[in-house]
Amino acid sequence: MGKPSDLVQGTLDLLILKTVSLEAKHGWAIAKRIQQVSGEVLQVQQGSLYPALHRLEQQGWIRGKWEESEIGRRAKFYSLTAAGRKQLEQETTNWNRLSGAINLVIEKA
Amino acid sequence: MRWLEKIRVRWEMLIHRRREVQRLDAELGFHLEQQIAENIAAGMNPDEARYSARRAFGNQTLLCEETRETWNWNRVGMVLGNMRISIRTLARTPGFAIISILVMAIGISANVALFTVVRSVLLKPLPFKDPARLIRLYEHSADDKFPYNMSAAGVFAEWKKQSHSFSDLALVSTSGEYNVSGASGQLPERVRAVDCSWDLFPTLGVEPALGRGFTPADDKQSASATVVLSWGLWKRRFGGDPSILHQTIHINARPYTVIGIMPSWFAYPEQGVQLWTPIYHEELPQDMQALDSHDYLAIGRLLPNVSESQARAELSTIVRRIHDEHLDNPFISKGADSRPLLEDMVGDLKTPLYVLLGATACVLLIACLNVANLLVARAAARRKELAIRAALGGSRWRLIGEHLAESFLLSAAGGAAGLLLAQVVIEWLIRTRQDISRVEAIHIDGVVIVFTLGLIFFCATFAGLISSVSAAAGDKILSSLQESSRSHSAGPARVGLRKWLLSLEVGLTVVLLVGAGLLLKSYQRLRASDLGCITNNVLTMRFGLPQAQYAQDARRVTFYEALLDRVRSLPGVQASGLVRLVPGQGYGGDSGFLVAEHPPLPQGQIQYAIVRWADPGYFAALGIPLLRGQTFDADQRLDKANEVVISESFAHQYFPNEDPIGKHLLALGRRPFKIAGVVGDTRFVIAAPARPIMYFPLYALLYQGVPTDATLAVRSNRDVTMLALPIQQVVQQIDRELPVSDILTMDQIIGKSTLDSSFDATLLLAFAVLSLVLAAVGLFGVLSYIVAQRTAEIGIRIALGAQRERVLSLVLLDGLRPALFGLALGVAASVGAAHLIRSMLYGITPLDPAVFVSVIVMLSLVAGAACLIPAWRASRLDPTIALRAE
Repeated sequence: MGKPSDLVQGTLDLLILKTVSLEAKHGWAIAKRIQQVSGEVLQVQQGSLYPALHRLEQQGWIRGKWEESEIGRRAKFYSLTAAGRKQLEQETTNWNRLSGAINLVIEKA
Repeated sequence: MRWLEKIRVRWEMLIHRRREVQRLDAELGFHLEQQIAENIAAGMNPDEARYSARRAFGNQTLLCEETRETWNWNRVGMVLGNMRISIRTLARTPGFAIISILVMAIGISANVALFTVVRSVLLKPLPFKDPARLIRLYEHSADDKFPYNMSAAGVFAEWKKQSHSFSDLALVSTSGEYNVSGASGQLPERVRAVDCSWDLFPTLGVEPALGRGFTPADDKQSASATVVLSWGLWKRRFGGDPSILHQTIHINARPYTVIGIMPSWFAYPEQGVQLWTPIYHEELPQDMQALDSHDYLAIGRLLPNVSESQARAELSTIVRRIHDEHLDNPFISKGADSRPLLEDMVGDLKTPLYVLLGATACVLLIACLNVANLLVARAAARRKELAIRAALGGSRWRLIGEHLAESFLLSAAGGAAGLLLAQVVIEWLIRTRQDISRVEAIHIDGVVIVFTLGLIFFCATFAGLISSVSAAAGDKILSSLQESSRSHSAGPARVGLRKWLLSLEVGLTVVLLVGAGLLLKSYQRLRASDLGCITNNVLTMRFGLPQAQYAQDARRVTFYEALLDRVRSLPGVQASGLVRLVPGQGYGGDSGFLVAEHPPLPQGQIQYAIVRWADPGYFAALGIPLLRGQTFDADQRLDKANEVVISESFAHQYFPNEDPIGKHLLALGRRPFKIAGVVGDTRFVIAAPARPIMYFPLYALLYQGVPTDATLAVRSNRDVTMLALPIQQVVQQIDRELPVSDILTMDQIIGKSTLDSSFDATLLLAFAVLSLVLAAVGLFGVLSYIVAQRTAEIGIRIALGAQRERVLSLVLLDGLRPALFGLALGVAASVGAAHLIRSMLYGITPLDPAVFVSVIVMLSLVAGAACLIPAWRASRLDPTIALRAE
């Protein structure tokens, strides 16, 4: 299952950046979204989710904001910063190159 | 603008840290609630939903911790947190904190002070230009036994002419004393002075602070007299007035023009030199040409492409050539030698300073061990708490961090206090030891501060890690929880470490005690050694008759006789005499001689003895026994002076099987002197055995080589220092312009020459006593702790009928075992250490059995006493109380 060690190093960061790139989301929503979009394959545990969120925030890729949630409680919504958007593009390119390369090896070798 | 965002986040994290912590909690709480809500939506009942969510969520505190580890400032926060906790813990036990800080402060201050001295005196380059190229040049002694003898001026002149290894070469006389006459109502004064060739200052690369240095034109017999003053003399005697330049002052009753003032830091060739005069102007031409009077020191600056050994070889070749050209003169050396100038100036201080530094290092190590021991004891007392924290997921680093923070706080406080204390110690040291070279350079500088920080770091890590190792036994959480649940007995492994520390501590203490014992015994031997004359209630003072005024021999002799007459008639004076140097005042020079009645010496063989000049009453005045013959006749004056008195060892060495009385010595330019008497041996310094001495009449003619300076020795049957003023008045009555100097009792002269040895012994003893106290405290502490840990066990033993004596010996042995082991360790190490300080010992062997035995006995007694109290307490335990004390 989607334990953090199973994810390629740095992939969780990419998933989080991508997930919050469209709209601001709180931690629970981010985990759910990743799980849902990946067809229940990737399950992000809170043990890795929150340290990752806070690390990204400390590095200035995403920004947390306390806002009213859909159920009426205040929650911390993360959104992408300008620098985070650039980082996302770069990491996406990297990922595409890497996964493409791996695919090539798997298919042709 | 990522950096802007980063700074904003950093700022937020720094300012609103507390809020962020609460928000993190809220954030995780929100997640949990969402999970619960989802579970309920999936059909669970609320309790089940909550329980399941919590289980899925895991350890929320741990997650908090892990998340916070990604935060900025987290490391700082951890450290600060640790510090806060440590300060609180330490404040709860102020006694422990104060003792530990004090122990650290003493250890660190001693190290910092000694390191400052070693660095300033031994390690720092000399304050001269390119000091690495400066070397001191020596001739071998004429018998080739001693490589570092002084140089003859004639040989130096040849070096200067023939050698190609040096950019500069300079010649300096040994320091003497010159009379500075009083002007405008000042008293005359005798100050330390040297004659130097004009190029001494250029060779060293030093410029006068004011005025100019000497020029070749000043350094000639025919030149007018010039003088350069030290900064100190200029400030003190001439009020720091720059108009003194180009003015005339009277030195030895002759006019001299002041041409320069040296910088305040400058002191060469030794501490306390106040005047420099040009050597070729001052000294007689024949002395400057002599190839066999080894009276001067020579220094040189090597050319950039020449090595010291090349230069040495060249100088040696030149000396050898001179020797071979003058085979009839056996007093010319056969070789030359050299040493770096720094080595020449401070070489003697090396061993004592490094020994003291080693001792302070031992003290610091002991201090650290003691603090570590105390920390281990505290850690052990908090074992249960630590185990619980570890079981709840507290990280091991966090726990070790707390320990390190504690020992770091103690060390830092100790280091700060130690630095202040070191400053006080250094000031004291500078005041007490004005005699050591480069004393003016001793001060705390940046490197010393860095050294202190290093020491603090070392102590903190050392003490902290030792205690952490025993505290952070995380893999033994379970066992320690079980163990602490019933404190029946402490695990043996845990006290094992502390016993090792104790052994080490005791071992180091033994080394210090043995070192201190050896030095102390040497010092006692030194003080007890017999100078060969009466030293009790004898006052001495020195003066020099300026040749300008006392050019006529008769006038000089009249002065001496008048002085002795008047001094002897002073009330309270028992006897008085005049001599060049009294016993203990130094070597003072020697001279070769032949015995007229003996066959000529084989070529190349030499005979020489120390030369002294004395008045006929000198021997009686100082109680030097007349063994055979008689002292000088009263008519041994001026041109009639032709007698000599020899010392006992002189008679033994050169007249082994014959009566020396009536024989003749050919000395002082091969003049015949009849041996009138044999007197007892005296020592020229207290630490060296008596050497042959020949005494010539002080009242002889000047051309015979009589010096113009003398020491007046006065013996009294009461407090002789009371006579100092009346005697000075007598001198003033005879010659108003004549200053006296070095007014010292014989005991003070001995004290001065044994200062080194008493200083080293006292310091080392202080360190040793300190370590002994620390070791005893450590021993007592550890054993008390062990007993406290084993209270229940001992209680059970006693309840079951164990003999109290057996309990006593059980506990006693427990404590004595590491002490005895340490003792053995220490004795073994001391044997090595004693050999290292061999050169500082006097009159005893490095393995002096009395010292070793008394150290062993003393240490065993102290260790026994330290162990006896806890052991006795253990044997007095009331089993009912002990068992209830859970």
